[in-house]
Amino acid sequence: MSELSVKHLLGIKYLNEKDIQLIFETADHFKEVINRSIKKVPSLRDITIANIFFENSTRTKLSFELAEKRLSADVINFSASQSSVKKGETLIDTVNNILSMKVDMVVMRHPNPGAGIFLSKHVNAAIVNAGDGAHEHPTQALLDSYSIREKLGDVAGKNIVIVGDILHSRVALSNIFALKLQGANVKVCGPKTLIPKYIESLGVEVETNLKKALNWCDVANMLRIQNERLDISYFPSTREYTQQYGVNKKLLNSLDKEIVIMHPGPINRGVEITSDVADSKQSIILNQVENGVAIRMAVLYLLASKIK
Amino acid sequence: MSLKFRGLHMGQKVLLSSKEINIILHRLACQLLENHLDFKETVLVGIQPRGKFVADRLAKILKEEYGVSQIDLGYLDITFYRDDFRRGDKTLEATKTSIDFLVEDKKVVLIDDVLYTGRSIRAALTAIQSFGRPSEIELLTLIDRRFSRHLPIQPNYRGRQVDAINDEKVQVMWKENDGKDVIYLINK
Repeated sequence: MSELSVKHLLGIKYLNEKDIQLIFETADHFKEVINRSIKKVPSLRDITIANIFFENSTRTKLSFELAEKRLSADVINFSASQSSVKKGETLIDTVNNILSMKVDMVVMRHPNPGAGIFLSKHVNAAIVNAGDGAHEHPTQALLDSYSIREKLGDVAGKNIVIVGDILHSRVALSNIFALKLQGANVKVCGPKTLIPKYIESLGVEVETNLKKALNWCDVANMLRIQNERLDISYFPSTREYTQQYGVNKKLLNSLDKEIVIMHPGPINRGVEITSDVADSKQSIILNQVENGVAIRMAVLYLLASKIK
Repeated sequence: MSLKFRGLHMGQKVLLSSKEINIILHRLACQLLENHLDFKETVLVGIQPRGKFVADRLAKILKEEYGVSQIDLGYLDITFYRDDFRRGDKTLEATKTSIDFLVEDKKVVLIDDVLYTGRSIRAALTAIQSFGRPSEIELLTLIDRRFSRHLPIQPNYRGRQVDAINDEKVQVMWKENDGKDVIYLINK
């Protein structure tokens, strides 16, 4: 019998390879469950989960909520925009008030890096990080790797390129940790201004030429330009970015092989990828969304089983 | 698996030998035939992880020795339906469910190796509903441990009834998984 080595999912950085495999194997079972005619199991019927979102989210929030409901957990939702945070309440106060309503787990998205880690030290609940600023987004990285594993059979030894705004992307950082842990080769590709200076210390290579990067890879994970986090101008214009780093069908067809296209969403169609690429057979974007529910069910199930 | 389950422990005795298991499986197959004839409206569902072996053997006997041409056979994992989630020290790990047919309006025969407290069967009765509404559910168990039930659940078909006390464990071993067919009663 195995179990997770952690009590909270704060980032991929805190997981080991065995944890990832356990999450994937558990997700395999939940993927079968969510394809039944009755898609619900009673495992978490005595667990209450609070989804606390201090930042906007569509996919992640819906995916977590669905995962929680499929596991029969009770769910409460909280968005900062409609809350006392606006009246000056601190993070710990907000969460402790929620916890005094007998909540067992907190799924939190927050604009500040490390918010989940901070919370885990001060409140008595299992914390799942659903994105903390430009730091980590562990469930996204898990579902990305799971989707690669599903499509290509294995992650180890595969060549993955992450394209776009690496500097502001929590998806990129969590993906790098997860992919390296599983033995994949990782390159990042984008304008130099959007690639962190010390990225190579994580064991990844930098490639600024998109075509070269695509010809090298098995999978390209296309990231969105995080306009809401761009405080200065990092590239001359969106149009120029698209010409240099956007993937279109013509570029894909000119490659030596057929690669897999991924995107964590939301897509800016016509910027980082064109519609014909996003909707092509090579794209597994919608599989990623489906796998997201199974992965989050697995994470919640495995963490909940450690709550005594 | 510890050594004591490998046949080296002092406090164990053979409950059923390979030959006895084979005879019992044939009797159970005949009883199933008597009630279900051609198995057109009946499906066999082995409860994971250990009921799978009993279900596989019965399906094989029915097909190869009694000429049943087609049997729907599935495996049901009950982990997510168990009533002891978070009550033990360990995370409950699931095994594979594979039921690629509908159980709607079918007669379902749930199959397990040992019936003890009845809690697994309770979980299986809930789990199977996720695949439709069966017209009827029966229970087949190779070993029925009497006087140890926590729930009002009894088998329709039983291989052998055993009066094991709670400190004892019934260990069912299969050639395809453990190297030989044998059932031990082990003193813990």
